[in-house]
This record gives sequence, structure tokens and C-alpha cells, in this order.
Amino acid sequence: MATQKNRLKSGGRIDRNKPLTFFYNGQPYQGFQGDTLASALIANGVDVIGRSFKYGRPRGIMSAGADEPNAIMQLGATEATQIPNVRATQQELYQGLHCRSTSGWPSVDFDAMGLIGQFFGRMLPPGFYYKTFMFPESFWELYEKFIRKAAGFGRSPRENDPDIYDHMNQHTEVLVVGAGPAGLSAALSAARAGARVILADENAEFGGSLLSSRELIDGDPAHLWVKKAVEELAQNDNVLLLPRSTVNGYHDHNFVTIHERLADHISDKAPEGKARQRMHRVRAKWVVLATGAHERPLVFANNDIPGCMLASAVSTYIRQYGVIPGNNLVLMTSNDYAYRTAFDWQDTGRKVIAIVDSRQNPTGQYVEEAKNRGIKVMTGSAVIQAEGGKRVNGAMIAPISADGDRVTGDGTVLSCDTIASSGGWSPVVHLSCHTGSRPVWRGDIHGFVPGETVQQQLIAGAVSGSYSLSECLKEGLDIGLLAATNAGHATDSLNVTVPKVEELVEGERMAMFYVPHSKPTSRAPKQFVDYQNDVTAAGIELATREGFESIEHVKRYTAMGFGTDQGKMGNINGMAITAKSLNKTIPETGTTVFRPNYTPVTFGAIAGRHCRDLFDPKRYTAMHEWHVENGAKFEDVGQWKRPWYYPKPGETMQDALNRECRATRESVGILDASTLGKIDIQGKDAREFISRVYTNAWAKLAVGKCRYGLMCGEDGMVFDDGVTSCLGENHFLMTTTSGGAARVLEWLELYHQTEWPELEVYMTSVTDHWATMSIAGPNSRKLLAELTDDIDLDKDNFKFMDWRQGTVAGVPARVFRISFTGELSFEINVPAHYGMHVWKKLFEHGAKYNLTPYGTETMHVLRAEKGFIIAGQDTDGSVHPYDLGMSWCVSENKPFSFIGKRGMKREDCVKENRKQLVGLKPKDPSKVIPEGSQAVDNPNQPIPMTMLGHVTSSYYSACLGHGIAMGMIRNGHNRMGDTVYYPQADGSVIEAEICSPIFLDPKGERQNV
Amino acid sequence: MFYIYCPYCKEHREEEEFHAKGQAHIERPADPDSCTDKEWGEYLYFRKNPRGLHHEMWVHAVGCRKFFNVTRDTQTYEIKEVYKMGERPTITAQNQTAAKQA
Amino acid sequence: MQKYSGFGLLKHALSYHENWQRVWRNPKPKKKYDIVIVGGGGHGLATAYYLAKVHNITNIAVVEKGYLGGGNTARNTTIVRSNYLWDEAAHLYEHAMKLWEGLSQDLNYNVMFSQRGVLNLGHTLQDMRDIQRRVNANRLNGIDGEVLDARQVQEIVPIMDCSANTRYPVLGASWQPRAGVARHDAVAWGYARAADSMGVDLIQQCEVVDIITEDGAAVGVETKQHGSIMADRIGCVVAGNSGVMANMAGFELPIESHPLQALVSEPIKPILDTVVMSNHVHGYISQSDKGDLVIGAGIDGYNGYGQRGSYPTIEHTLQAIVELFPIFSRVRMNRQWGGIVDTCPDACPIISATPVENLFFNCGWGTGGFKATPGSGHVFAATLAKGEAHELAKPFTMFRFHDGALVDEHGAAGVAH
Repeated sequence: MATQKNRLKSGGRIDRNKPLTFFYNGQPYQGFQGDTLASALIANGVDVIGRSFKYGRPRGIMSAGADEPNAIMQLGATEATQIPNVRATQQELYQGLHCRSTSGWPSVDFDAMGLIGQFFGRMLPPGFYYKTFMFPESFWELYEKFIRKAAGFGRSPRENDPDIYDHMNQHTEVLVVGAGPAGLSAALSAARAGARVILADENAEFGGSLLSSRELIDGDPAHLWVKKAVEELAQNDNVLLLPRSTVNGYHDHNFVTIHERLADHISDKAPEGKARQRMHRVRAKWVVLATGAHERPLVFANNDIPGCMLASAVSTYIRQYGVIPGNNLVLMTSNDYAYRTAFDWQDTGRKVIAIVDSRQNPTGQYVEEAKNRGIKVMTGSAVIQAEGGKRVNGAMIAPISADGDRVTGDGTVLSCDTIASSGGWSPVVHLSCHTGSRPVWRGDIHGFVPGETVQQQLIAGAVSGSYSLSECLKEGLDIGLLAATNAGHATDSLNVTVPKVEELVEGERMAMFYVPHSKPTSRAPKQFVDYQNDVTAAGIELATREGFESIEHVKRYTAMGFGTDQGKMGNINGMAITAKSLNKTIPETGTTVFRPNYTPVTFGAIAGRHCRDLFDPKRYTAMHEWHVENGAKFEDVGQWKRPWYYPKPGETMQDALNRECRATRESVGILDASTLGKIDIQGKDAREFISRVYTNAWAKLAVGKCRYGLMCGEDGMVFDDGVTSCLGENHFLMTTTSGGAARVLEWLELYHQTEWPELEVYMTSVTDHWATMSIAGPNSRKLLAELTDDIDLDKDNFKFMDWRQGTVAGVPARVFRISFTGELSFEINVPAHYGMHVWKKLFEHGAKYNLTPYGTETMHVLRAEKGFIIAGQDTDGSVHPYDLGMSWCVSENKPFSFIGKRGMKREDCVKENRKQLVGLKPKDPSKVIPEGSQAVDNPNQPIPMTMLGHVTSSYYSACLGHGIAMGMIRNGHNRMGDTVYYPQADGSVIEAEICSPIFLDPKGERQNV
Repeated sequence: MFYIYCPYCKEHREEEEFHAKGQAHIERPADPDSCTDKEWGEYLYFRKNPRGLHHEMWVHAVGCRKFFNVTRDTQTYEIKEVYKMGERPTITAQNQTAAKQA
Repeated sequence: MQKYSGFGLLKHALSYHENWQRVWRNPKPKKKYDIVIVGGGGHGLATAYYLAKVHNITNIAVVEKGYLGGGNTARNTTIVRSNYLWDEAAHLYEHAMKLWEGLSQDLNYNVMFSQRGVLNLGHTLQDMRDIQRRVNANRLNGIDGEVLDARQVQEIVPIMDCSANTRYPVLGASWQPRAGVARHDAVAWGYARAADSMGVDLIQQCEVVDIITEDGAAVGVETKQHGSIMADRIGCVVAGNSGVMANMAGFELPIESHPLQALVSEPIKPILDTVVMSNHVHGYISQSDKGDLVIGAGIDGYNGYGQRGSYPTIEHTLQAIVELFPIFSRVRMNRQWGGIVDTCPDACPIISATPVENLFFNCGWGTGGFKATPGSGHVFAATLAKGEAHELAKPFTMFRFHDGALVDEHGAAGVAH
């Protein structure tokens, strides 16, 4: 096992008593509890953790946080628990962690692509793929295969995720994002004011920069102040602390999503029964963004050689994790802040070769301190080029002009193994941009800060451009109070004292992004801006030279900012380089808008529990268990699970349908019709209301009677149908299609509430209140008679389209004598809880009649034999009642212009030659025309063929002994007896004769017995 | 996700409870049969589509099932006011512009 | 125009890429053009290109308030297919498909059109009936397509859960092999570069604030940055902003602008090499050449110009994706965004003359705009050149919303995107 050669003897917030073993590329390594994967790799002296995507260049760890572009790992010990693209800098180490690098072939240490990249890299400027791979045309698919192979970092697991993910809805008064000095302070003061507070931070430990800070707060090391602050917050019942929780999206009306990792620090799989991650869906009255700032690296030649790092990251590794990434440091900076990295380094006893300061005459106290420490400070200079292969072995340093634009003298190479750089800081404005607010440039801090917003948002600390610790603490306290006040808490009497901080005074910062080279940018060694996408300064210059002048064009042409770090490290440098090559300022060049997520979020966490059984509710009828026990196959209709057919052992589907159809027509069949939508409509204007929403007449429907109705939109197109029964003078029961129930109710409410509020009418869905079973067939009356003694079933006393109240199987029931099969038929409605009881009683008594359950498919066949339509199958939103041949169902003379009446009179709706619904009889009686087949007059017409319409419903009718179909045919109502042709995919053609859609019992005698 | 005040329930509720129902204050012509095709087509399909203040209808679909009106900025998504059916908006693009000029 | 090729790339590499020409000029607008196209997205640029190439009209300006290709061209999920239900729509989209098939060579710009096939899944019996109907119609219209059962779908996408264990099991799909994806930005840039080379003025950062009319006819546009630019004919191709533009000219459109959201995962190694779409569970997915899973969500129900939608829409989409592809549960979403889609009541576009003479609109593409880009530009160019609708554009007149002759693609389940 490798030794932790870069582990410091002491210091850091790791637990040296808890060593952890982990595996990187199959080799065992050791780290400590409290390490990140990145700090543990650095401790073990692992320099190369990846290869660059385009050029195959070796890459090392750059940062210590969310901005890391290079250390992208594949994690997971088993196939099902693979996690692609984990940032090593944010992954806590745990015992037994398995990870691999995601690039490099055959390995990251020896990468064949790297060799190719050296030779062909120059052939790959931005946009090279737009300019080539075009010849010959047929080769693109081959080229693409190779391009695709090079793509991607990690890989998806190939097995299903064993873990579950939670959602939790939260309401809070103040949400504080980020638990650094400003965020902790804001949470403290808001909580002290009595506000309900959520404090979320992406890291395991609260404290942010304070965990690696050199400053003393109230005389103590900063982390002690953090400890006290966290203790105070933890004791407050109004405060919810969320560590390991990234605020990843800031949405409208202060809706915020927080992605909490509950188990990623323990294992690649959550403990049994526990959620792996949780999304908090937070509605916050006020949001305080205390998201801090990211340090910018400086862009110099070969700045991607492992050993090149962000200055602050070096400090973090030393102070927080007790590891040091090398022996000899060259620090390059444009500001005083980064000097502390040199001090941190020197304090470990290792050597600071030089501080290279781009400023001509830096004057701050840090500079003094450096000199006092005996560190060589080279002013007016820059590291213009890193030297080395798989590790930095030197820094070429040259004097530069005061404006930082030119190299003014010869370079000298200092040998070193680490080059830390700092070009200043960029406020983390990402979240503030998510709802459309544009960040604004502040020249004094060389960075963008959040712009105006319509959200209830406040900002505190470095994100607002306040970089000193004392400012952050004070601003945090003030803003926390303001948030509490805004949320309605009295804060006047609150006494908040700002902790004392002793800080060195910083000198002026220099606006430095790109470091000049002695060669022009296009000829200098590569100067990387966006490491993950191999975007270089020369690439950006080329893009602007080619005319891609908008920053969005530059981004898209070069792919800058499109990586998994979303440009956290490179974007501002890229904008500065773009601005410079266009001779514009950075604000003139503009910024890009950041979108959610702040850092990537697991799909599973966003989906939550809403998969598989909970993807969408399943609705079952009261008799569902019976259907299951009797072998029903089910069909999804809306959310309902409806019995489709009931095959007996050995039966094909067609066998089952034939049997079910025959049994019904010959004796009696039964259908569970509970899923039909049922809307109870009451009120003195109920009848008027119904006549307005249906196309036909309702004025004369007497109590005890039922009637079929068609419902159209204002465009005159049919959208639902069903039977409505008059239960009382002011009381109706409307039925709808199973899938359309909710839509119809909303439709009715819409018209009642917005157009006709003067009508006194009340509507309630009663679909689930009733179990509905339809018995159909010549023996249905006999069967029903055995179960009721208070309903007179005599054919003249209980006529077709009547309904009666009574008792069935000892249960109060409504019985409707309506028929969707053309048979003598009764629809029995009982309260849902009695459904199973009545259903079983029917079977007890029905055995002697061969009572046969049938499903939706047989129902479809039986109704098609009668030419009854199914809305949504025989209609598609483009047919009106006349197209369906249902003019009998349109009452032109109603006093009120019912919904749909005007629509179906529009020019296109009354023109000749519309598609119309007809019956279709295959010439070959054994044929069933596949549904969806398209009719033509001339089967030999070359393509494109003139289509007449499609088959909407088609079945084999066992009772008739031939196939039957319904379908649309252009001008079909006037073409009875004509032959049309249905060309099939296999080249065959089915002939059919246009006929009436009523194939069976056109006079309706069977139902009137 | 919007946070919408239902004027009937008198509470803010999550957008998931509501459905957007398009432009508000569209009246069904009193005498549809006398409308020309053009007039009927405009009633059916032609909608205001402003960038900025918009008066639109929402329904508290999984709550009280009531329809109501919302004045909302289609650019910033701010809800400026919520009012019941039959009421008129107090905030309109006209009076906002007037207020700005004054 | 500087010719692009692999050899050219090598040549430029030897000179450190210092000699590449500009892809387009940055011209000052002239006072007057034959035709001004408002909107420098894919459709507008394609219109300009075909006006110049097919109709020899080069005295054209494209005015764009932002940057070229910066609207929905930059924000879509890049799916290209032509398997629409109704003849009118199918012919238009197939016209586009045929142009896609030679586009890289035509433009000398690799738009990376990748014909990897599109599956439209069916999850209910009615879905399958609709798929049968649509594929039969496509076939008789000369558009490739097959109906697949669940087993065949599983063969094409082995990683998808085609079992009966899902809430809405996959029953089958329609399959259009010629469909696929293209590199969206490249389409705009390729058209722009080619149009510019034929003399078309591409004027960026130029916002139209008014349509100038005389006697009920449009004669020019008033711009914020460059004052008035006159033209004999004006074509508006401004997608989500069409309503605003129509209001400037004094009429309304049957169009509402809604947010349409999309998202991408982090780049992962190639795992999905077709496009999978499901209307029933609301989600569609493909994998880009970069490795991102590109995922489209549904339209939000409200009007919005904010280029963002509501979070639950994203949740529902990812629920659908995880339901179909349970192995993606651990993949991570990198970025989400929104476009502004101009939706027509019948889910078909408007390519039309307007109540204002010499002013033409091409809009209302809803979720179907990107795939139509070449066809849209081609027929709109013809429409602008002749002053009357191209044969394929005729059914898409805005006046169909008066007489009721809609082309209702809503009825064609499975193809709303």
C-alpha cells in the first residue's frame, strides 16, 4: 500500500485515529476519517487523476470544492451502485471506497490518446468538427462512432439502482444558503430574532473558509467560533441545519430545492431501508445567499500540468486536511489574499521558492509579512509557463508590463513542483441567476455580483463582494436580522455584537486574468481556460477572430462552461480573454446566465419515490380482487386498471373474446363498468345547464328516464359522451368516459363558474361512490329477477332507457335499463362497499345462465357490432356529430346556442367531402382490417397515395362470423356499397365494403324485449 | 414553481394544486349563431400573448375547484394580484404605464 | 467563402490557426432591402439562405435583437423526424427531412445530422392504435416508419425497461429510422455563414421596435439600434416573440408563448444510440455526441417569456425517465433550461400572409420547430420571394383559425414534440 507521503505530521480536521482504506484504479490506499477523496489522493502523492478530453493531457487536482474540473471519478464497488462523474474534491472518504479515473487508455498514467493528442492536437481547434468529417457524405456515421467513443467521463450503471430517494416539503421564514462566516452569522441573528431558519451547506462540516482560515475571531482560532455558532443554532428548535446539502436550484416565488446527501459519505449504497439522498422542496419567505466566492486561477502556458493548483485550495488542503501537495511552491498572484497560501506552506516547514506578484508595487501588510518571513517576492512578474510532464518541475517567470498585457523581458525558470495561482475571486452568483436576474460587474472587485431580482432575496458576505472576514461577519449579522424583520419579526431590541477579527490590511488587487507569453497566444503552449473541455486562450481568440463575438457564441463554439463544473473555474477568465480580443470591457462583453443546477443532482433524487408503483396512482374498482382471482388480463384506461378479457386456461385472446361475446349474446354476460365517470348534478337550473353542454335535447327528460348525450367543444368537435339520467326534477346523474371524467367535470365547472354563474347548479364527482356492473344478454332479466323483489322488471313497466331505485341482493341500488351491447341489459349501481357482495351474488345466481364476465375488449366488439362509438377511439378531436352520422343527437332547435353548435357550422365543418364515420365489411370474411389502416381508392396509386381515412375500430365478430370495422372515409356517408382498399405494411391489401356501422339488429329489437 | 393565493380558500398553495386556464375575461359571445366565422374563430383561438402583465385564469384544480383570475408578469413571473371571477383587475398594463409616467 | 475540409484544417494547423476567415461579416444595415427578415434564428437564417440560393434574391437583411441562433435554436433537444400524422404536416416535415439529408454538404458545414432513428413509445392500447394509424399514413405518404412490438423495442434499446413491471408498460412503438438528431448551433451557424457568403446582411444586436406601415402595407421596420430599415417585403420569424411582433403590426395571432423545459445529464460514456420519446409518460431522451443525456420535458401550462418553467415539470420528466430507464437513477442532471415556444391551437405552424400587406409570418412551431428548420426556411423563402404561399405552406395560413380548417396534430398522440 502506498504511503501517505504528503500527509503532514499534525494539523487539519481529520481524525488520525480512524484510518480508512480505499481503492483507486484497483490499488489500495489509505486516508483518514475527515478526508475527501481528493485530499486522500493528494496525501498519497497521486498526481495524475485524469486525462484531458481532447488532447489526452495528464491532469491533476486543481481545487478543493465544487469548482473542480479535473478530478472526475467513477465511484462504486458494485455494478448497481456505480456513480458516474463524482468530484473527488466533494466526496468524503469512507472505508472501502472504490473509485476509478474516468479517462485515459489504457491507463491515466500511460495514455495512448495523450501521444495522439501531442501530434494531432493542433488539428483540433474549437469547432473543428463543424469543418470536417463531411466527406464522403456516407462516412459521417462512421466518424460519429469514433467521436462518440471519445465522449463522456464516467459510465451509467448497467443494473437498477438498489436505493430509494426522498422528497421533503419545507416551509421556512429564512433560508440561509452557505454556512461560511456570513451564512453562519446570518443564521445566528435571524434565529435570535425568532425566525424559523434553515441553514444549508454543501459540505459535511459548517464553517466554509473559516475551517482553513488563519484569522482569530475574538482571540480564538476561527474554527472555535464556528463550533460555538453551530452549537447555538443546533439548540434552537426553530433552526434546521442541513450539512451535505447543496442548494441546487432557486426557482420562482422563492421556491428552492436542496439536495441532501444522506449516505454518500458512508457508502455507495444507503443502509437498508434508508434513503440515499433527499430533495428538500423549500418555500422560503426570505432567502439569504451567503454562497461566498470562488478563486480564479491565472491562465498561463501549460497551466494544466499536475501540480498547478488554486492558491486557496493549497491552503485548504494544508489547514483543513493536513496534506500538502508538494515540496517546493511557486505562488503567483495578483492580490494580497493569496499570500497566506505561501505562509501556510512555509508553516509546514516546506519551501516557498517565490511569490510571483503581477503587481509592480504591491504595498499591503501581507507583502511586508512575506518579506519578514524571508520569502522571495518577485513583483511585476508572472509565471508565464509551467514546465514538466506528469508533474510540474519548474516555473518560467518573466517580467510583465504594468497593465499585465505584455512580457517585457526574458524568462527564468525556477524549479518547483507546485505552482499555486490566484487571479482574485468571483462571487458565487449562480443561484441569484436562476430566476432570470443578470449579474452586474463590479470593477472594484473585478467580479460579477448578483443583480436586481424580484425574488425575496438578500445577499451577504463574499457573494456581495465583501471579501474581508470582518465584513463577512458583520454583513451576515445585519442581513440575518433584516431577513427576520422582513419575515415579520421584531428585531429592534436585539443586541447583536460583531465578533472582533484581527486582519492584515490588504493592498489593491490587480485585474489579471490572462498571463501574457513571450509568444503570441496562438503560438504559445496551451493556456487552459476551461480545463474540462480543453478550451484554451488561443481557442477563444480564434473564435472571436472567426466572428463569434457574442459571449454566448464564444461559449457555444468553444464549449466553454459546458462541463460538469459549469464554468465555475474558467468562465470569468474566458470572458476576460474574449473581451480583450474584442477590445471591449468585460461588462460590455456580458455574462452568461447560470441555470440550475449549481452542482449536478442525481436523477433519482429529483424523481423521489414517484417511480414504479408510485409513478402514478393505480385506481381499482371494488371488484378488482375478483377479477384478479379469475385470471383477468388488465388494460390501463386513464389511471384505472380495467379487466381487458378473462382467458381460460389454454385460450388465446381471440378464443376468450369469442366465448365472452357469444355467452353474452346467447345468455348473459357481465361487465365491471365502475370506472365510467359519474357526476352528480343538482340545482334548479341543472336541466338547463345540461342542455347547454350537450348537443341534444333535455327539456323533456322525465324523472326515471335516461338519455344518451354527446358533448362537444366550442369548435363543434366531439370530446365526450355518456348517458345522463334524471334522478329528480332538479337532480341528474351524468356519466362520462372512464378516461375523461376529470376533464369533463372541470369543463362543466368552467362554464358554470365563468359563463353562467347565474345558473343554480352544483356538481360533484361520485365516480368512486358507486360500483357499477352491467349485465347484458337475453337472460339478464331473469338473473336480475332472482336478486330483487322491489323492482318491477316487467318489460312494459321498466322500459328501455328507464332507471329504477330498489334493492339488489339486499343492497340499495339504482338500476338503469340501458345498453351498450344492443342486448337486453341492466346496469346495476350499488354503493361501492357493497360492490363485491352484489357481484358475487350475481355469480351465485348466474351460474345456471352461464353468467360470463367480459372485459373491455368484448365490450368493444359488442358495441361495434351495434355501431356505437367510443369517444377518443372513433373520434380524435377533429370530428363533429354529423361526421359521425349522429345528427339524431344534435338538437338544432334548442333555445340556447349549446356548446359546439356554432363551431360545427364553420365553413370547413360544413364543406363537402369531409371524412365521415362508416361501417366497413372486409370482403374476405376471415380478415380483420388492422386498426389504424388507411383507406385508398386505388391500391396501385404510386406513393404518396391519396388517403381517404383510417380504421378506428376493428374486430372479428364471432356472432356474425366475419370481421367488422368502423372507420373514417372521405364523403363516406354518400359512398355506401363502394369498395375501398387498405394497403398493409407487408404489401398485402385488404378490400372492404363501405356499409352502415350497425352490423347487428339494426332495428334494436334485442334490447327492447 | 409558483406560489398562488386562492381567493376562495384564502391561502397560498403550491402551483401543483392549480391548472393554468389561459387568458382571462374572454366572454362567450351572447349570440353565437349570429357570429361570423371570423368572430367565432377569434373567440375560439385568438389570445393576448403579452410580454409583461397578463390577466389569466387559473383553477384550484385539486383544491376547491374554483376558477379565479391572476394578474401576472409573464417575464418575471411575479403575481401582482389575484381576484375572483366577475371582478376586474386593479393592476393593468395601462395603469402601470400611467403610474410610471406620473 | 473559405471552403472547410480536413485538408484545410491541416493547412491551418500549420499556420497556428491564425488565418481562418470570419464566418460572417458584421455589416452596417443599408437603408433599404428587397426583403428584411426579422429574427436570426435557424428558421430566419435558413429563409435568407434559400432566398439567396434558390431565388437569387440577395439584397436581404436578417435583423436579430440578440445573437444569431440564440433563441430556441440554442435551446432545443435537437430531434429531427418527419413522422407526422396529417398529410399537410407530414409533407412539410418530410420536405425538411430531405433537406436535412444533404445539409452538411450543401452548407459546407457539418451540422452533424445523425440519423440514429426515433422511437415513439406506446403505453396503452389507444396509443398503439394511434401509432398504427400514423405509421400507416406515413408509409403511404412515402415517409419511412414501422410499428414495433415491445420485444422489438427492447432489441433496439436493450437498456430500457420494456417489461410488464412498469406502471405503464411499453406495448410497442413507432420507429422512424431516418429520424435522428443534429447539432443545433451548427445549423444556425452553417446557414448564417452560407447566407453571408452570398451577400445577405446579418445584423445582430438590432431590435425591431415597430413595423412601419403605409396604407395598410408594411414598408419597413423601426429598430432600436439602427433606426428604420425599409423593405419591399418583411418576413417575421421570431418564434416566441411572434405575438409581440404581431401586436406592433396591429393584429393578434392564435398563438400563446409557453415555457418548454429541457435538461442534460453530465456526460457519460455512450449508452443510448437512438432517440426515445414517450408522450404517455411525458419524457423524451437521446444522448449527444458529447455524452450528455439530452432530455425534454413537457410544456408548462401558463404563458411565459422567462426562459424558465416550473420545477414539478422537471420532476415529472425525470420520473418518466427513471421509470423507463431505471439504470439512469444514479446519473446526475447537470443543467436545465427553458425555451419560449409559440404554440398554435392545432399544434401546427403558421406560414402565412397577414392582414398587413407585404408582411408575412412564419411562427407557431411549438415544440416542432428545430426539426423543420430547413423545410420552414425553404418554403418561407418561396413565400417571400413570390408574395404568396408556397404549395406546402398553403394549409398553414393563419386564416385557417377562422374557417376551421385546422391541421390537428394533437389528435396524433405520441408526436406532440
